[in-house]
Amino acid sequence: MDIRVQEAAFDAGAELNAFSTGHDAAGAIVSFSGIVRDREGGLSHMEIEHYPGMTEKALTAIAAEASARWSLADVLVIHRHGSLRVGDQIMMVATAARHRGDAFAAAEYLMDYLKSRAPFWKKEVTADGAEWVAQRDEDEAALGKW
Amino acid sequence: MDVMYFAWVRERIGLPRERIDTQAATVMDLVTELRAREERYAVAFEDISALRVALDQELSEFDAPLAGVREVAFFPPMTGG
Repeated sequence: MDIRVQEAAFDAGAELNAFSTGHDAAGAIVSFSGIVRDREGGLSHMEIEHYPGMTEKALTAIAAEASARWSLADVLVIHRHGSLRVGDQIMMVATAARHRGDAFAAAEYLMDYLKSRAPFWKKEVTADGAEWVAQRDEDEAALGKW
Repeated sequence: MDVMYFAWVRERIGLPRERIDTQAATVMDLVTELRAREERYAVAFEDISALRVALDQELSEFDAPLAGVREVAFFPPMTGG
């Protein structure tokens, strides 16, 4: 399990290649990348705040729970904080498993929990000012399916 | 204990963390104490249904006891991913 919380940019392609290379026996690799998008136009940048210490613990607990629920060879989670621009990679998750069903399900579970249970807060900054992104009801509801 | 504030809670109160000496038995008792301090706290804690709380870096509830807790954090619902 590799959990990284960092301010620095990362190369999702290189990370995925490195992750895949280490798991020749896994057979199935699923990855998801989250990118900063300009939801309503005019986004200058996004600021991501987090809770150092709790963030790493929460991500590790979520990844451990995924590993307990599905048969996984490995899990990778990278999540950035700080100032990000439109098009920047915010985060990625990757799962390695013997079978694709486990890899897909675990990746979706990681994303659902990471959105609402890892202590990150996004703030969108535009020319008109800054606004904290509100949690969407769908994101909280998504946890119900697990 | 150390009390921490994140995102708009931090902005409304005007500081990221502070040390508070309190006899509050539960999180809700602490919230009541903080609300009585100053207007900025009253505003930040006006609607606790819009807030989440973590005790020693684990998500918790407002009726949870504070005995033995060293770090309390208040913040809005999380928006990771």
